[in-house]
This record gives sequence, structure tokens and C-alpha cells, in this order.
Amino acid sequence: MAETGVKARGHPLGWVFVAFSLAGVMVALSLVTEVSSGVTLRLSVPWVPSLGVQLSFLIDGLSLLFALLITGIGAFVGLYATAYMSGQALTGRFFFYLLAFQIAMLGLVLADNIITLFVFWELTTVTSYFLIGFDHASEQARRKAWQALLVTGIGGLALLAGLLLLAAAGGSMELSELANAGEEIRSHALYPAILVLLLVGAFTKSAQFPFHFWLPNAMAAPTPVSAYLHSATMVKAGIYLLFRLHPALAGTPEWIWTLTIVGAVTALWASVIALRQTDLKLALAYTTVMALGTLTMFLGSEARIAIAAAITFLLVHALYKCALFLVVGCIDHGTGTREADRLGGLARAMPITTVAAAAAALSMAGFPPFLGFIGKELKYEGALAVASEPMFVAAAAVIANAMMVAVAGIVAVRPFFGPAVATTVKAHEAPLRMWLGPLVLAFLGLVFGLVPPYIGEALVQPAVSAVLGQPETVKLALWHGLNLPLLLSILTMTIGVALYFGHLRVRAALANLMDRLPITGNDAYERIKGGILWLAKVQTAVLQGGSLRRYLFFVFAATTGGVGTTLIIGDAVRWPAEWPVIPVYEWGVVLFVAAGAVLPILVRSRLAAIGGLGVVGSGVALIFLFYGAPDVAITQLLVEVLFLVIMAVILLKLPRFVGQGHPGRGGRTRDLVLAAAGGLVMTLLLLAVLDSAMSVHLTRFFEAASVPDAHGRNIVNVILVDFRALDTLGEIIVVAVAALGAFALIKLRAGRGRSS
Amino acid sequence: MNSIILTTAARLVTALMLLFSLYLLLRGHNEPGGGFVGGLVAASALYLHAIANGVAATRRAIRVGPRTIAVFGVAVAIVAGLAAAVVGAPFLSGLWAFPAGIPLGTPLLFDVGVYLVVVGAVTTLVFALEEDA
Repeated sequence: MAETGVKARGHPLGWVFVAFSLAGVMVALSLVTEVSSGVTLRLSVPWVPSLGVQLSFLIDGLSLLFALLITGIGAFVGLYATAYMSGQALTGRFFFYLLAFQIAMLGLVLADNIITLFVFWELTTVTSYFLIGFDHASEQARRKAWQALLVTGIGGLALLAGLLLLAAAGGSMELSELANAGEEIRSHALYPAILVLLLVGAFTKSAQFPFHFWLPNAMAAPTPVSAYLHSATMVKAGIYLLFRLHPALAGTPEWIWTLTIVGAVTALWASVIALRQTDLKLALAYTTVMALGTLTMFLGSEARIAIAAAITFLLVHALYKCALFLVVGCIDHGTGTREADRLGGLARAMPITTVAAAAAALSMAGFPPFLGFIGKELKYEGALAVASEPMFVAAAAVIANAMMVAVAGIVAVRPFFGPAVATTVKAHEAPLRMWLGPLVLAFLGLVFGLVPPYIGEALVQPAVSAVLGQPETVKLALWHGLNLPLLLSILTMTIGVALYFGHLRVRAALANLMDRLPITGNDAYERIKGGILWLAKVQTAVLQGGSLRRYLFFVFAATTGGVGTTLIIGDAVRWPAEWPVIPVYEWGVVLFVAAGAVLPILVRSRLAAIGGLGVVGSGVALIFLFYGAPDVAITQLLVEVLFLVIMAVILLKLPRFVGQGHPGRGGRTRDLVLAAAGGLVMTLLLLAVLDSAMSVHLTRFFEAASVPDAHGRNIVNVILVDFRALDTLGEIIVVAVAALGAFALIKLRAGRGRSS
Repeated sequence: MNSIILTTAARLVTALMLLFSLYLLLRGHNEPGGGFVGGLVAASALYLHAIANGVAATRRAIRVGPRTIAVFGVAVAIVAGLAAAVVGAPFLSGLWAFPAGIPLGTPLLFDVGVYLVVVGAVTTLVFALEEDA
């Protein structure tokens, strides 16, 4: 470890990140008073006004709370990372990704317009992909990053579809206006589709069952990233979306039951898996999934107290989860391992880390007077207030919380106390920049717990009001009196402590049980991915077998079939009422073209066949000339000449028809049928086009505007370089890229056996 | 190919064709012609030169690699489009000036870009094929 010298000072970009985060915290804090008095701040810049897309942002209680978490925790994570990443390669890139991720996350929680929200949502997906796969030399990390990208990316697509439907149903692109259109949206015929799509988006991002598997795999990221993604950012994006859409969507049985059941299953399942882990980081990862499940479960309700519980728990969780992840990073750094079984008695060697871990764990387990205790009391109170099935929710909360107590013990008590265990690296305390973050965050859990009314008024109440769409009063207090929630709390502690002391046996039993599971989420993911790859391989083998003849066959067959079917279905087959009189010399050109087309079929020499095609092209150019399009005729003729010459050069290099190159008798019949059908369909298409009335609207415009606006009398060219120049720009880029591609292909072939 | 007649004729014809291609390019705004056709003529001219004297000789003669010409053409077209931003007009709006009564504008510059792309792309292709022979 290079703890000394230049590297130990941390990468300059790291300090930029820290400074940016701190500035964000300052701005957010300065707005707290204003926002908690009920003011909503807005900023809007037109983006694509014709589509209702704006770069609009709003700051209310909910977005401010998230912004505070993102910047505040970001500052400590950044500080930590300046020390943690020192001596590693590509640190600058790391902080660049981290900063980009933070900005995307801030944009997401501040966005008001749904398209703005979606763009930032996707940006968090992409930047988190870079962060998770930061250790790009490791195949594992790459695969896991890819998995996170695929799962959340698919959710992103569902989200986009859901948001657009939502906008159609609610009549607005602004989330703040959609919040007021809840009645309309919930009674809309598309409501079930909207709900499913949006929930898939939120559930994939926030790792709800059955999409939970990507999150623990995302542990491949460097520890500060894990801490950041799990506590304040990435995975909370889905939860944020559920909060934000609560006024528009909540209250229907579909919403209530989906969220309650998915949330409860996620919370329980994740807490069971968390208990089974031996790797401290993985155990924490699963408790994150558990926390997300709990939040989802509470969001199913419309009860004020349930939402207050969710908001408070969000804050509690962000503080202790970040602290604990950073602590595990300190342990890893100080001892060289993070396996629970190989650690013990670190309190002597790592006193500060121990204090931070203990404080965070006490908040996590929900001991008074930590904020976690208030959060837990509120959870039970909220669970008993839900409309769906209070006992079910309460029971799920008790079981999940009890397991959380046990995991808190495993992560924060076991490594530090008890008999010392020898580790490969002699245990030593982490540097200041690494222990400061966890210590401060853990103690914030304590400080906030000591001043609950203030926290309730400044942070929780405005957020709850924003979620429920009307001013609400939320009072937080340490002592709620002797009531059912308190009893449930005591029950939780008892079960939790018992679980902690018996956790070795429980772990073995769980491991045994889980190995017998028929399928896990990760397996399902791998199988689906494998299936898609298999399908791609099969259809590629069929459609793109490597034979040019087959490619062309499919292209022409698809075109002929598609156009022909459309013509018949659309009843567009027409026969002209009267035939125009065609002068003799034009008939001559037509015969000339027809002869050129027949020639390639009859001759065996490829050069002669190409010559025949040249005749066709030149004949067509002549027809263009007859009908007054000299520009097109010149171009056609020149292209034809170049094409002939280039084809001749290529043909000189080809071997004679060998083996499968020749179509054979059956193949020729098939080609003949296809060619005849193609010609017929093309003829019918042209007749149909001629039959429909031509609009002269555009022609008139170009005739009128060409000279005064574009100073040119050649309308074709004026359209190409002025009126429709964007199309031309696209085309020349295609031409240039195609040439580069062809060049690469030719050189690749030529390069075989040669070094250059 | 080793033919004195072709080599001698190519020298003259190449020059004429290149000149004609510029003529086509410049007249395009008012009469049949334009960057695309002009580019095709110029590419044919270079190809003729290459057939007569060998690709290496043509490469030496044009100094700049054909791929560079193609990419440079795209850049010229984009710059012609971006010029509109100077007066706050949307991308690719035409800007015009009339020195001595002759209308000159960014569309002409854009057409030059098209010309260069076509010359560069076609030449890239045929040179690669010829060299591979």
C-alpha cells in the first residue's frame, strides 16, 4: 500500500468530487427551511417544446431529501475513495465516473419532466455500469457489470413505455401535474399496463424479487462505489420513482397488493440469504435488498404513518448502510480479508473503526436512542396502519428486522470483539480519510435520534407531504409510550439476539436448504441469456449462412412478400384506365433494357453478365433523360460506368463458380419464380403509385422558393444542398463510413499472410 | 497496365476530367451538375490515372490519402452547417454573401463537402481493390 508520497494525497479529481458534493450539500441545506415551509422550487428550460419535452426540475421535500443524501453521502464516499483508491491504476477515470454518476443521480431526483427523468435514469444505468465494471481486467467484474446493465436496462425500456403511457393517460409530461391527475389515471383503461411497466422499471432498478440477483453481484465494484450505490443512490432510484408516482398511481388494489407482496417477499427472502453469507460485504448487500423490500412494502400503503415510516427508514438506512460498507472496506484494508469467519478481536487494533461500526450497527439493529429505533417504531406503527393486511405486513417487518439485528451483530460485533484471530496482514487502523466518513455517518444516526422533532419537521414531514400530495404533519419522538409497536420492538430484539448467538448453526441449515433450491434468480437470468444467444445463433445460421446468393434471396423474398401482401390487403392493385401513347424510340429503349436484363441469365461468362446489367442501367438513364431529369440521368450514367469498372476488377479476382457457388437446376427454378414475382410486384407497386393523385404542394413550394431563398435555379441540387441538406449530410456520412468499412474488409482479406 | 497510348492519353484526359468535375460542381446550383456528379467524374478521372500509371503513382500525385479526403469532406459539410450558428440560425441554414453580385453561400461549401466525400469514398474503394490485385 502506497500510503506515503504523492499518491497518498489522493487524485485531484477526487478532491473535485468531494468539493462538488460539499457544495451540493451546502445548497441543499440552505433550501431546507424554505422547502419545509411548503414551497416547491422550479426551474424549466424548453428542450423539445413541440413534443412537450422540457428540461424541467423541481425541488420539494422528497427531492430535497434525496439530493441531501446523494451529495452528503457522496462527500464522505469521495473522501474515503481518495485514500482507498490511492496507488490503483486509472483513479482519474474512477472519479470521473463517480462524478458523472452523482450528477445523473441528482438530475434523476430533481427532474420534473418525465423525459428528463428518463434520460437521467438511463445515465445512472450507464455510469453505474462503468463503476461496477471498473476492475475491467477481471472477467467476473465485467460479467456482473453487464448483468446489472442488462437487468436495469430492460427495466429502463419498460419505464420509458410506462412513462409515455402515463403521460397520455394523465395529459401531462410533468410529474408535478401528473400527481394531481391521479383520479383520471387510476380510472384510465391503460392503468394496468402503466402500472406493470412502471413497476418493472422500478423493481429492476431497486432489485426487488425476482430481479434482486443483480445487486449482490454488483459487489464486484470497489467498496466506496458499493457503499454509494447501496446507501443513497442507484438502488434508491426505483424507490424514489415509487415515492414520486405515489400520488398518481397509489390506492388501487393492484398497487396495494403488488407492492405489499413483492416488498414482503423481497425483504424476507433477502434477509434469509443475508444470514447465510460469510463475506461481510455480501451480507450487507443482501440487507440492502431487504431494506428495499421493506420500503416497497410500506409504499403499498396510503397511510400517512406508513409513508412516514418509509421516509424515516430511508434516511436511517442510508446513514448506517454507507457507514457499514465503508467499515467493511476499512476491515478489508486493515486485515486483508472480509470473511466473517477469519476475523475477530479487531477492537484493539482498529479502535476508531470499531466505534463507527458499533454505532452504525446499533442504529441498524434499532436500539434506542439511535434514529434506527425511531425508524423501527414507526415501521411497526405504519405496518399496523396499512389498509391491506396489517398483521401480514407487521409479521414480515418483525421477521426481517430480527434478521437485520443478527446481521448487524455479525458485521459489527463479531469481527471486533471476542478472541483475536491472526490475519495475513497485521491488523492496523485505517487512515483518517477512511475512518472519518463511517464515524460521522454512524454518529449522525445517533445525533438525529436525539433530536427527533427537528429531523421530523425539517426532513421527514416535507417529504411525506410531497409523497401524499398534501400538507401533512409528522412528529418523530423517541418515546411513543407503552404500546404494541414497542412490544413488537422488544420481540424483534429477542429473536434477533437469539439468531445472532445461534447464527453459525442457522447459517449451516440455511446453506443446506438453499443448495436444494431448484432455481435461483441468477440461474434464470443465465438461462434466459443463454436462450437468447442460442436463438440469435440459429436465426443467423439460417438467414445469414455466408452465401451471398442466400442473403439476396431473403432480401428479395422479404421485400416481394411484404410489398405484395400490403398491396393485396390494402386493395391497391390497379390497372390504368387508358394507356399513354409511347413513341417508337422509347419502345426501342425499353426493348434495349429488357435485352440487357435477359442477357445475364443466358450467358455463363460473368463479365458478359455484368455488361448486360450495364445495358440496363444506361437504358434507364436514357429514360430519365426523355422525361426531363438530366441531373438524375447524368448521375445514373456515371454510377453505372463506375459500377461496371469496379465490378470488372472484382470479377477478375473471383474464382470460377465452384461447388455450392452454382445454384443448380432447382435453385435456378426457385430464383426464376422469385424474380418473376419481384418484377410483378414492382410493376403493381408503380401502377398503384401512378394511380394515386400526386401532391403538387411541395413541387410548388420548391419552384417558388428556390431562387429567392436559395439563389439557385437547379431545384434538384438546391434541395440536396439546402432545403434537405440534413438528409444529404446523413447520406455522405453513410458513403464515407461504407467506404471505410469496405476498405477494412478488402485489406483484412489482403492482410492474410501479410504482416501489414 | 503497360500501354503507351493509354498512359499518354490518360495524362490529358485526367486533367480534363478533373477540370470538368470542378465545372460540374460549381454550375450545379443553377444547371445540371453538383457535388455528387462532380465527385463521380473526379473519381473516374483518378481511377483512369491509376489504371494507366498504377495506383502508387496516383497516390503520389494526389498527395493526400483518399480516406482522409472522404473524412475531410464530411468535416467540410458539417462546418458548412455549423456556420449558421454564427448568426443564431438553425443547423445547415444557408448563409449568403454577394461579392460583385455573385451569390456565394454555405450551401456551396456544403456541396464541396459532398464532392470530397464522393471522390474520397470511391477512390478508397478502387485503390484498395487495385492494390489487392
